[in-house]
Amino acid sequence: MSKNSVHITVNGTAYKREIEPRLTLVDFLRDELDLTGTHVGCEHGVCGACSVIMDGRPVRSCLIYAVMADGHDFVTVEGLGSKDGSLSPIQDAFWENHAMQCGYCTPGMLIACHHLLEENPDPTEEEIREAIGGNLCRCTGYQQIVEAVKIAAQKIHGVNL
Amino acid sequence: MSAPQQFKYITKKRRVREDRRFVTGKGRFAADFKFPGMLHIAMVASPFACAKINSIDSSPALELPGVHYVLTGVELAANINPLLSGLDLPDVKRLPLANGRARYAGEWVAAVVADTRHIAEDAAELVAIDYEMLDFVIDPEEALQDTAPVVHPENGSNIFFDKTWTWGDVEGDFAKAEHTLALQAKWSRSSTVPIETFAVTASWDEGREMLDIWASIQMPKYPEQIARALQIPVTSVNVHFDVDVGGSYGLKRGIRQTVIVAYLTKKLQRPVRFIEDRLENMAGGEMHGPDRVFDMEVAYDEQGIMESLKITATDDCGCYPGRAPLQLGKPVSAIVGPYRIKSARYHARSVSTNKTSQEAVRGFGQAPTNFAIETVVDRIASTLNISREEVRRRNLIRSEEFPWRIPSGSEYDSGDYHAVLDKLMRAADWDKLIEKRNSFRNDGKLAGLGLSTCLEPSGGNSSFEPLFNPKNDTTTWMESCLIKVDMLGGICAMMGTSSSGQGHETLLAVSIAEVLERDPDSIRAIHSESVGALPSNSPVGSRMAIMLGGAAAGAAKKIKNQVIAIAAHNFQLPEDRLVYEGGDVYVKGDTERCLRWEQLVDIAHRQYHNMPIGSEPGLQAQHTWEVPTGGAMPKEDGTVQMYPCYAFEAHIPLITIDPGTGQVQIHDYYIGHDCGTVINPDIVRGMTFGGIAHGIGAALYEKFQYDESGQLQAGTFMDYLLPSAHEIPAVEMIKHHTPSPLTEFGQKGSGESGYLGAPAAIASAVNDALAPLGKSIATLPMRVRDLEELLNS
Amino acid sequence: MKAASFDYIRAKSIDEVCSALNQGDGEAQIIAGGQTLIPLMAMRMSRPQTLVDINDIEELRGIEVAEKVAMIKAGTRQADVLSSIEIRNNLPILSEALGHVGHTQTRNRGTIGGSLVAADPSSEICLIAQLLDATMIAKSTAGTRSIPANQFFDSAMVTSLKDGECLMEIDFPIWNQKRTGFGFHETSIRDSDYALAAASAQIAIGGNNKCERVHLAVGGATPSPLRLNEVETALIGSVLDDSVIDDAVSLIPNLLEPQSDVHASAEYRRRVTCVLAARAIRDARDRAQGKFS
Ligand SMILES: Cc1cc2nc3c(=O)[nH]c(=O)nc-3n(C[C@H](O)[C@H](O)[C@H](O)COP(=O)(O)OP(=O)(O)OC[C@H]3O[C@@H](n4cnc5c(N)ncnc54)[C@H](O)[C@@H]3O)c2cc1C
Ligand code: FES
Ligand code: FES
Repeated sequence: MSKNSVHITVNGTAYKREIEPRLTLVDFLRDELDLTGTHVGCEHGVCGACSVIMDGRPVRSCLIYAVMADGHDFVTVEGLGSKDGSLSPIQDAFWENHAMQCGYCTPGMLIACHHLLEENPDPTEEEIREAIGGNLCRCTGYQQIVEAVKIAAQKIHGVNL
Repeated sequence: MSAPQQFKYITKKRRVREDRRFVTGKGRFAADFKFPGMLHIAMVASPFACAKINSIDSSPALELPGVHYVLTGVELAANINPLLSGLDLPDVKRLPLANGRARYAGEWVAAVVADTRHIAEDAAELVAIDYEMLDFVIDPEEALQDTAPVVHPENGSNIFFDKTWTWGDVEGDFAKAEHTLALQAKWSRSSTVPIETFAVTASWDEGREMLDIWASIQMPKYPEQIARALQIPVTSVNVHFDVDVGGSYGLKRGIRQTVIVAYLTKKLQRPVRFIEDRLENMAGGEMHGPDRVFDMEVAYDEQGIMESLKITATDDCGCYPGRAPLQLGKPVSAIVGPYRIKSARYHARSVSTNKTSQEAVRGFGQAPTNFAIETVVDRIASTLNISREEVRRRNLIRSEEFPWRIPSGSEYDSGDYHAVLDKLMRAADWDKLIEKRNSFRNDGKLAGLGLSTCLEPSGGNSSFEPLFNPKNDTTTWMESCLIKVDMLGGICAMMGTSSSGQGHETLLAVSIAEVLERDPDSIRAIHSESVGALPSNSPVGSRMAIMLGGAAAGAAKKIKNQVIAIAAHNFQLPEDRLVYEGGDVYVKGDTERCLRWEQLVDIAHRQYHNMPIGSEPGLQAQHTWEVPTGGAMPKEDGTVQMYPCYAFEAHIPLITIDPGTGQVQIHDYYIGHDCGTVINPDIVRGMTFGGIAHGIGAALYEKFQYDESGQLQAGTFMDYLLPSAHEIPAVEMIKHHTPSPLTEFGQKGSGESGYLGAPAAIASAVNDALAPLGKSIATLPMRVRDLEELLNS
Repeated sequence: MKAASFDYIRAKSIDEVCSALNQGDGEAQIIAGGQTLIPLMAMRMSRPQTLVDINDIEELRGIEVAEKVAMIKAGTRQADVLSSIEIRNNLPILSEALGHVGHTQTRNRGTIGGSLVAADPSSEICLIAQLLDATMIAKSTAGTRSIPANQFFDSAMVTSLKDGECLMEIDFPIWNQKRTGFGFHETSIRDSDYALAAASAQIAIGGNNKCERVHLAVGGATPSPLRLNEVETALIGSVLDDSVIDDAVSLIPNLLEPQSDVHASAEYRRRVTCVLAARAIRDARDRAQGKFS
């Protein structure tokens, strides 16, 4: 079948590719753009490992065809930190609090938590659990992730004060 | 007891170094590796629970542009050795692809190789297979009947294993006992289900005659097994152990998958990759876990003191034996739990059915066994009307009694179970929790408080192998570390295995730093490629803190000794006149006379004239460590020393059950935990919280349900329900540290912690909630439907 | 888990959608948020030849609230409806129900129209459309038509929408009675799973504390969401004390023909539907009386 052309912006860089319509966004990011930070866990929308930010909102990249992403703007885990390699507050808090083990769900978790903190600088435990409720982690039992979000919120507050 | 050791780095909070690459998206997982010319596989799976494969017509698939090959079970079987089995079952051949007969719905029958995974899936639909449906058996009880269809007719019956051990005077103890009781407890088929499926890429390099493998693997003796199956030397198999593994918890054994890609890369002379999709993974990945019925009998006295225990464990192994039946063996290491039970009988049965096979799951059979034992303990409490905590207090081994030998032969190293339980009950404020429970009850809810106390045998040796298979005389389960100090003083430590979230790089760095007194951040730890690696048995059996930590410390001590020897030679003083501090060596009482680390290393690497006569140039050391207390075959009477170290945990959850819907909510969760010296507190916390979450899944949500036609009904994440952040409560962890006398720093294992006691604790809480209604349940998972049905029965 | 090949059209207008569907001859299918369709295609349980993407069509997006009706364009994202203050003020039951639909991330893509056309038996949005007698407005090359909710849901995953029709808008009636309250309850295994059973009620109470108007619908248990007129009749005109409610919901078991699956038996669904219906009615009553805690 036909190929379609796709222009998208990921982490501030514009890309153009000719692709088959059936390529999902996560396969596109990983295979066409070599952005392998975004992971695949289920390909049917349940695990959240593939989470990315699309036009400012977190979405599942296995549930979007790359052709549908044409003209849109994305942030992936690779785009969370600064260009100079320094970590964002949520990345740093995840590291500080060991909010992971195998690291497989981590990029998706970071996307969900990063977005939460943008919307809500001081989330409650319940709000944090709601925000990550669509991201499965088999390693951590979520606790150190929830704690890390609180640490990051505090850090951000600290900077803002 | 000796005073606790003082540590500089160990036990201290320290960032886990692996985490940095994970938070930046720079982890390197198996699916992240790409090679020019790489081909992709999709599997063709049998739709039937059991069927004869009359013929396979691949030609329509091969006509599709981009399709390179269709590998059938017949071709593969003719060209490889069958895969290893943990049991002595010469007639049960385990092959990566079904050969002539498919034995469960979802079993892989052919592998399609194409330019992309998309095309491979297109082509997989075109492979035309002529199946002839055969009788099958799904229910393990039925499989035991003489009339049942036999999964492997060559084996003559569906019994893979059936053996009884009697340790001590069981009949005598039962005859003398004031009371006995019997109950049945069931643990249903669930698994660890990592978020990353199994993925493997293989590339045969004709020039180097080398098979390079990048896989999400956690498998002891993986290169050897590949080499055996493919009939090539192990020196031609190079597993890249530096691949990050996206969760495993015992599960990622992927030998079938690897043999398929390895065969194909040799055949097609192109790199070949197989990444299981979730459907392939759940139905055909052979990754389900224990599926067990326990028939329990206990003899006890009026005080609730347990005298003797009889356990019959019948495990539905699924289709192929692999290592899975050995999961009935590991619990022998703690067959009476943390209790002073004098005698025990254990009848272990492994039964085959037309379901996908089991693989090793976190705890290797211990969590189900703990659940069954704890169910018995709770039942004694309710029967005698003694509180659950009191019954446990009366039966727990006392701190002064260690080392304690249990009837099946293992000696528990150390512990203070009463202290942990007391600390926990105090921290959790048990009386307040009871009040809280009662106030829920007053509001019309069903509410229950749970309790479990159990062990995590750790430091895995494989004594269950000879116990279950007399032809297997493996008595070592060693682990190694090689340390190399470079010319500029940098330290690099090597392990011969991959990691799946355990933080081994941090473990190595900290263990070595502790001995050499160097900054852990200056120590690099790497995963060797398998061809250059020292022997390892991979991070199974909750063993790496003990075994890899021990190997690293052993190697580090050798380095330290070498450095001191160099200094002694240069000062022309005996070693006992010297002080080693932070890598530098100075003369006792004269810190001015000092050789710095950099100088000592430089001497070792460049100044042979300043080296002790006859010493080896350079500065490197390796240490391969045998499991402490290991090394012996089982005795005639079936007693055997299994795991060396025994961590203890006690759980208290408070739950409510919605009487109208059966929905369970966990309100509070406390765990008391003692794994000896904690090397990295964040890692131990994480393992424990994760284990609890996993245990809650097994207790309430997760089940690989098959229907009557043998179809898996939980083959996606919509049907197999991993708990999310909503279902898992915040957990409070109460720590206690009883060092192990057997290990370098006093550490025990914690890789399975939480999971070993959470299912029992949740079951205990559910039954406490049901108690006012006079109802009880002893089958896991206790799903909403099960609870609601029970409430309405 | 890769979809079979398809062609892709990104439509710019409803007319373009209609003509693309028309030319597709039954093999072309609309894709909105893709949160139902893409998983089905990944498992190859759905394999359209052409996908017509409606995400760029401005006229399919938006919320307009008038005195008696809230008009939601079919392509409006669930997240946008959930965060709409106007909807929360005028159709609070829809906001409440939307909180139970998937997760933030699926709601950021999933559309109101997509949920209605997907017609999952457990769909909260379908349940509320049925409860409130929403009207679906659909367009095709043959013209525009309105379909009342009670004629829209045929069976599980099947609606009365014809090939070639694009759902454009859903009109949810707003109740103007001052003392109106709603109740919504569902049981799912995990917090964000599809409901095993769900119940929703909206009640208006008169000056004499009697139930003046009541709608009750249940979902999850049956192939399509179901209005329970018999139960409504038993409630109307009464003061809704608990015994009246219990008597009324005792009619429910005979009105349902629930289904069994891996997650719950028919009997479970039957019993739990009654429990949830009673809770929903009570909440609606309490809210109408300003007593909701
Ligand atoms: C993890 C997960 C959890 C979920 N949980 C829930 C839940 O708890 N409750 C729930 O209700 N849903 C749930 N969903 C489904 C979700 O709500 C979907 O978004 C919704 O059902 C479909 O909307 P969509 O816009 O994504 O439609 P699509 O997937 O794009 O389309 C669905 C169907 O509708 C058709 N269609 C879409 N728009 C139109 C239109 N305007 N005119 C005609 N036909 C159209 C399509 O052709 C397709 O047949 C879940 C989904 C996921 C992935
Ligand atoms: S891979 Fe997208 S949600 Fe699981
Ligand atoms: S860290 Fe392993 S799945 Fe979350």
